[in-house]
Amino acid sequence: MDSVIALVGKDFVLSAADTSNARSVIVMKDDVDKIMELDSHKTLAMGGEPGDFVQFTEYIQKNLHLYEFQTGLQLSTHAVANFIRGELARLIREAPVLANLLLGGFDAISGPSLYYIDYLGTLEKLDHTAQGYASFFILGTLDRYYQRDITLEQGIELMKRCIQQLSKRFVINQKNFIMKVVDKDGVRQVNFE
Amino acid sequence: MARRYDSRTTIFSPEGRLYQVEYAMEAISHAGAAVGVLSQEGVVLAAEKKIISKLLETAKSTEKMYAIDQHVACAVAGITADANILIGRARITAQRYFYTYQEPIPVEQLVQRLCDLKQGYTQFGGLRPFGVSFLFAGWDRHHGFQLYQSDPSGNYGGWKATAIGANSTAAQSILKTDYQDDISLRDALKLTVKVLGKTMDSAQLTSEKLEFATLSFVKPELLGFHQLSSEELNALLQECGYVATSSEEA
Repeated sequence: MDSVIALVGKDFVLSAADTSNARSVIVMKDDVDKIMELDSHKTLAMGGEPGDFVQFTEYIQKNLHLYEFQTGLQLSTHAVANFIRGELARLIREAPVLANLLLGGFDAISGPSLYYIDYLGTLEKLDHTAQGYASFFILGTLDRYYQRDITLEQGIELMKRCIQQLSKRFVINQKNFIMKVVDKDGVRQVNFE
Repeated sequence: MARRYDSRTTIFSPEGRLYQVEYAMEAISHAGAAVGVLSQEGVVLAAEKKIISKLLETAKSTEKMYAIDQHVACAVAGITADANILIGRARITAQRYFYTYQEPIPVEQLVQRLCDLKQGYTQFGGLRPFGVSFLFAGWDRHHGFQLYQSDPSGNYGGWKATAIGANSTAAQSILKTDYQDDISLRDALKLTVKVLGKTMDSAQLTSEKLEFATLSFVKPELLGFHQLSSEELNALLQECGYVATSSEEA
């Protein structure tokens, strides 16, 4: 089951996701990238049903690209969050998509923002949260150690602490995580060291 | 020659013209004028009302100016009934966008959607085009204050100052000479009065014949589409040198 964690710092959003795809007792793949780059300044970290979340997030990404080509503009993180939520809220009663998402974005006007979106169409703007089983274990860790306006270095240390907690207490062994940051310069992967 | 090729919207004439679209524009050239002027402080829209009667409930009826959303408004020239349909569509478009994105629709996108609709009526369906031209005034965070003009063909353009309806060519040339890029909102109002005064057929300007409105920030972060009351309009006309007596015309 996917572990996805994200937090907002003073001028960035940091997201982390495990990289395994496992069914029953078999690990099918251990280098899955579950943090999609929606556009130059947005990441969408995903969890849930593997087919669903890839299909859905690609659909969102292509719609955003189409919008950019049609209008010459990029949507704000707030607009994208509401668009995604609207689609999931519609689909839950038509053709449910088991995708649980953390949308992180950086807007020139409003700075960094993070949105929690689940497969029912729940939408919440938060500054630290998680999806999947990880949430049972590390929401407490985040509550204890997270502060607004943390720096990127502090954010990375906090993520490492969360991942350590998971490896200590979560029965499913998730060896690898991938971390990405969004800030005014765009999206890039972050190393753990 | 034209007769054979003008009764259906969906065909070209041998010279490559769409007569129905041109006839629609001809209808608009007889309608009451509308003028728009863009300033960095806001947009002015003004129009000449053609239907004047002392029996009309002027306070409750507006035939030229309409708000489409909190950040977009328009002035109309042409067949009012046609305009009402399009304004209804524009309002729905604006709310649908807000429902999806929880953000106001960028002005150009609203204009584009409406124009795509108008274009459809020149290409398929066998229905006549809408006999309306619009002046759209709006504000969004991408391009600030904007003024757009659209016509029955479905073409649109962004303007600093423009006019539609009766005597619009004359109005346009005065605007071309007198418009300055850094014009203030107040001066834009006065320029509009001047243009209407010089191009309207009727002898003098009175507040009953006109609708004036501004789209601007009434407070920081609060956009307002303000239609001038007759007192405000009379004051403006007086400031521009027009006698503000209310004349009764049946």
